[in-house]
Amino acid sequence: MSTVSGTSILTGRQGLSGRLSDFFWRNPKILLLLMLTPPLLWLGVIYLGALFALLLQSFFSIDDFSGLINYEFTFATYKQLLIPSNFDIILRTVLMAVLVTLASAIIAFPIAYYAARYARGKWKVIFYLGVMLPLWSSYLVKIYAWKLILAKEGILTWFLAKLNLLWLLDAWLALPVVGGTSLSISYTGTFIVFIYVWMPFMILPIQASLERVQGNLIEASADLGGKPSQTFRYVLFPLALPGIIAGSIFTFSLTLGDYIIPQIIGSSRLFIGQAVYAQQGTAGNIPLAAAFSIVPIVIMGLYLWMAKRQGAFDAL
Amino acid sequence: MRSDKNTSAPLGLKIAAGLGLAFLHLPILLIFLYAFTTEEKSYQFPPPGYTFKWFAAAWNRPDVWEAMGLSVRVASISTVVALVLGTLCAAAVSRTKFFGREAVSLLVILPIALPGIITGIALRSAFSFAEIPFSFWTIVLGHATFCVVVVYNNAVARFRRISGSLVEASADLGADSFQTFRYIILPNIGTALLAGGMLAFALSFDEVIVSTFTAGQQSTLPIWMLEELIRPRQRPVTNVVAMIVVLVTFLPILGAYYLTRDGDQVAGGGK
Repeated sequence: MSTVSGTSILTGRQGLSGRLSDFFWRNPKILLLLMLTPPLLWLGVIYLGALFALLLQSFFSIDDFSGLINYEFTFATYKQLLIPSNFDIILRTVLMAVLVTLASAIIAFPIAYYAARYARGKWKVIFYLGVMLPLWSSYLVKIYAWKLILAKEGILTWFLAKLNLLWLLDAWLALPVVGGTSLSISYTGTFIVFIYVWMPFMILPIQASLERVQGNLIEASADLGGKPSQTFRYVLFPLALPGIIAGSIFTFSLTLGDYIIPQIIGSSRLFIGQAVYAQQGTAGNIPLAAAFSIVPIVIMGLYLWMAKRQGAFDAL
Repeated sequence: MRSDKNTSAPLGLKIAAGLGLAFLHLPILLIFLYAFTTEEKSYQFPPPGYTFKWFAAAWNRPDVWEAMGLSVRVASISTVVALVLGTLCAAAVSRTKFFGREAVSLLVILPIALPGIITGIALRSAFSFAEIPFSFWTIVLGHATFCVVVVYNNAVARFRRISGSLVEASADLGADSFQTFRYIILPNIGTALLAGGMLAFALSFDEVIVSTFTAGQQSTLPIWMLEELIRPRQRPVTNVVAMIVVLVTFLPILGAYYLTRDGDQVAGGGK
């Protein structure tokens, strides 16, 4: 398209649309500008503007006596993040995000591997839809389903009672930190629901990276005497790693920012998302809420930078 | 080429993959079961009895209808906005190389790559900064922002497959660029746009995190459901609504899958 020069061989077109068409043909930059302006205005002004305003607010502080925002540049609000009670929230959230990401990768890998290497024809479609439907189905419905399962009188208790394994559940709930009076108000419950809701995002990138692994590589490893565990450790895992990292971007980021799951299924101890929500809502401390929400942005920025170095974006 | 077409998977892998898929699907089926229970105070399992009365109860609840109406309107308008912006962006990015192209694709993906709560609180503080009162339009503003990426992804993938020679042939045969768009490009990207639009609708219809920040007093269906989860009134009614939401979001996803499945067969795609 770009090879045509401005010299006209033909006479120009007639009519408004014809002349406009000729004009765009000769000035592709103007057409490009016209096409880019609406989306860039929308995303650039509304979205980036809002993000920038948020960033700005985090450098203000709140007056302890009047409760009004003090519009002076200060790092005082960021210092508040380092108070033990606030710093605990950050540590707790990051630890949860790491654990959820690791567990998701472990559960997702066999599904992705089977779908990439063994599923053919009809089964390929079943696996694809089997991952896409839960991934896209309603977030709240998924959380609600787990409330039904984990409730004290719910299906899990019933099932374990049938198997005479209730003592196992009770022993688990008696543990410090991960336990509680019921699974639906414990860290264990929060952990399970996080995995359930975000794990599908892990499957597709791993599957994409495994699709590129040639079957004969695995056979070669076996021919050279590699046991299945060695083949996994030295052949499959390194090749799947970019996909795992790509998937972990989603599981990690989504867990970091979530505030609804720990609110509905979890102990009363806060996560970053809940802290942001509480600070901007009931507490009315917008600067602290803004400072809290900068934390996931910074962590994700570092994470994305490391992921890019590992070549994870090629696997997306 | 793969050399292992007929080998079957080791048993352990089959079991792990099967269990994983079951883990993803069984909880949703449980929602359906509880829509028919006669017990409304607790989540007793197995349900003591089964009834259809909650469907009638849900039908007669005006708050359910109101929330659903709002969600459908928000999702429709957000989808239209996302279709226009996403297609424009995809067309610009895929047909020319220009300075800052990478930045544009990053900007489109950012609203969905950052946690929803950040998009939500950023928009909320911007609205209060600019003294914009919360309304139907503030919800749409938020939803359209993160729906653009879905349309964009679908459209970019399809634009890449349309052969440049088709467009050139159209020009050689005397079509102006509007005719080329109308008769060549649009039929080729149509199904991708439809699929992207359906997914955007499903995404908006289901979104709760950003909406809680931009909705003010109004309740979209997910916000209604969140309130019911925290302060339940008639629990099985929530299940009936949840079941409807699942079915409503499944249709566009299945539709989008069937529309983009044959994407490789786009005219001139082999070039």
